[in-house]
Amino acid sequence: MSAYFIAHFLLIFLVFNMLVMSAAFMVWMERKVCAYIQDRVGPNRVGVEGLLQPFADVLKLLMKEELRPKAADAFLFTIAPIVSAAAAFTAFSVIPFGSETTLFGLLDRPLPLEVTDVNVAVLVIFAITSMGVYGIVLAGWSSNSKYSLLGGLRSSAQMISYELSYGLALAAVIVLGGSLSLRELVLNQTGYWFHVIPRWYIFLQPLGFLIYLTAGVAETNRAPFDFPEAEQELVAGYHTEYSSMSFAMFFLAEYINMVTVSAVATSLYLGGWLGPILPSWLGWLWFLLKVLLLLFFYVWMRWTLPRYRYDQLMEFGWKWLLPAAVVNLIATAALVLWIG
Amino acid sequence: MALFDTDELVLNMGPQHPSTHGVLRVVLRLDGERVVGSDVVIGYLHRGIEKLCEHRDYLQIVLLTDRMDYVSAATSNLGYCETVEKLMQIEVPPRARYIRTILAELQRIASHNLWLGTHAMDIGAMTVFLYNFRERELVLDLFEDYCGARLTYNAVRIGGLPLDIPAGWDQKVRAYCDLFESKIPEYEELLTHNRIWKERTQKIGVISAEDAIALGLSGPLLRGSGVPRDVRKDEPYAAYADFDFDVPIGTLGDTYDRYLVRVEEFRQSLRIIRQAIDGLPEGPILGKVPRLIKPPAGETYHAIESPKGEIGFFIASDGKSITPYRFRVRPPSFCNLQALPRLIKGHLVADVVALIGSIDIVVGEVDR
Repeated sequence: MSAYFIAHFLLIFLVFNMLVMSAAFMVWMERKVCAYIQDRVGPNRVGVEGLLQPFADVLKLLMKEELRPKAADAFLFTIAPIVSAAAAFTAFSVIPFGSETTLFGLLDRPLPLEVTDVNVAVLVIFAITSMGVYGIVLAGWSSNSKYSLLGGLRSSAQMISYELSYGLALAAVIVLGGSLSLRELVLNQTGYWFHVIPRWYIFLQPLGFLIYLTAGVAETNRAPFDFPEAEQELVAGYHTEYSSMSFAMFFLAEYINMVTVSAVATSLYLGGWLGPILPSWLGWLWFLLKVLLLLFFYVWMRWTLPRYRYDQLMEFGWKWLLPAAVVNLIATAALVLWIG
Repeated sequence: MALFDTDELVLNMGPQHPSTHGVLRVVLRLDGERVVGSDVVIGYLHRGIEKLCEHRDYLQIVLLTDRMDYVSAATSNLGYCETVEKLMQIEVPPRARYIRTILAELQRIASHNLWLGTHAMDIGAMTVFLYNFRERELVLDLFEDYCGARLTYNAVRIGGLPLDIPAGWDQKVRAYCDLFESKIPEYEELLTHNRIWKERTQKIGVISAEDAIALGLSGPLLRGSGVPRDVRKDEPYAAYADFDFDVPIGTLGDTYDRYLVRVEEFRQSLRIIRQAIDGLPEGPILGKVPRLIKPPAGETYHAIESPKGEIGFFIASDGKSITPYRFRVRPPSFCNLQALPRLIKGHLVADVVALIGSIDIVVGEVDR
């Protein structure tokens, strides 16, 4: 067993744990930021500034009784949260979060900072994140509860209205970068224009970035597009009947999806781990910072805006987002052809 | 047999549901998410207050009126006491009438605060909810300073008031008015020109002026449809005749108009409070009231403008006993609620919660 293999194995272990930790941190950040937005203090009892609050929450959920409605479809009911969480974890595996490292010469060849470098990473992410919606639809259907069913239906209605524009926004970046590998796409963004502006795709694809962000909110079921769970309308939507750890799985999946969507946006539009000042082996700090900024943006939006109606999102998705994404893709392709 | 089941889905919304504002139950018949029909089931909070009132003496009834519309208890107190005063022809001293007006308007602001907060939360704007509760707290503090209670005040007596205002209270009210005026733009910034808020409320639950009158609606619901009916203006009670204020009206009669009307009422209420504080006369706070309240035989109806609409009291006295012979309330929440099935028909489930919020009901008053 080579040192490289062990290092890679440890890296996978680290990524998995960091994802779980990031979800916990996000729960804390969400509660803290929303508290400050709402002129409150937020959690401040468990640990310093309430930092341990998410762990207390998980502990509480672990001790709760696992309930399953009698009328529920037992198999699908059990598997739905697993599908959601598994899809959320898997999607992150192809995202590079730093350049290569030899761990100060310990390894015989440099180890790229990602679980695996797939040459069609963008497609993999697209495919796997779309799987997440099955978790929600199945949960809604198998619960055999009316509110859950409506939540599941909304989720599928929502998916068909944003998924296309989401894909087309990504396609424009692929045209620009000429690669499907996230690592190559990030490396394509190295350098500066006029020594000041970094060569990030956000400056070439401002419209695409906005489309991606909007679709990303819908993808992660966050307010203002949080119809599948819409507390005030559907009680808790698709996870009305879930309790204990299976509920926690949905919760975990939601936050990890947010991290994934932000990480993909960082890689595709914000130059991934590239940034000034820091040496290249600390690039992952830049990556973390950019992801955090995007995550903050999501939290900020959730606590500021009212909720859309799902038919309005469908209208918005088909009548505005999709045409905008198509125009963006065609314009990008034409420019690439013209300039070469 | 058809491949798919295309029957209507019957969805039982409430009595335990986050957005039915208490224990209202709405049985929805849905086609997809579109409402094709609905039944409103009430009575989960029925405590028999009207019957109870016929077995309590006139002073004890003030306490029971607190428990009807528990988010604007002072308004119910005032409506009831004025009805008995009308029945017994008791003159209320001007200072008491002014303080009553201040209390009623503070109560209107507190009630609208609660309404705006919950209504916005039903549509998903959580932050507005907490902002409103922050300011409602200040009104509750003022009430606590005045009478010691924060929810059920028992703040009005037949013929006047139980207490004069404490020293410095008028200054506190003035300070509150200035503070609150600066907070209204905070809500408006988050909602009034927000595209999502507009799309969620404009053209939702439209009710025309004719229909609104025919359904017996009152308060902001009626004014939102463009009918300038306000008991404070049309049949002034307490000290409203002495003050300048406008009655805001809407044009279309949709949820957005009703929202605008209520937000404007915040400002008008502040205007009234300021005028009342500035012109507060000296003098007694209790008129000439007999020791034993036993109205002469007869009956009367008196209505005032509660935050939710016209709240009316009908009292019949046989002239012999110290309890009313018949006691009946016209609660605005109950009358306005009958518009709900009509408002939500053809809209989506998401609009149902917006419309329940838009009517502004308190189930304690609906069921009594």
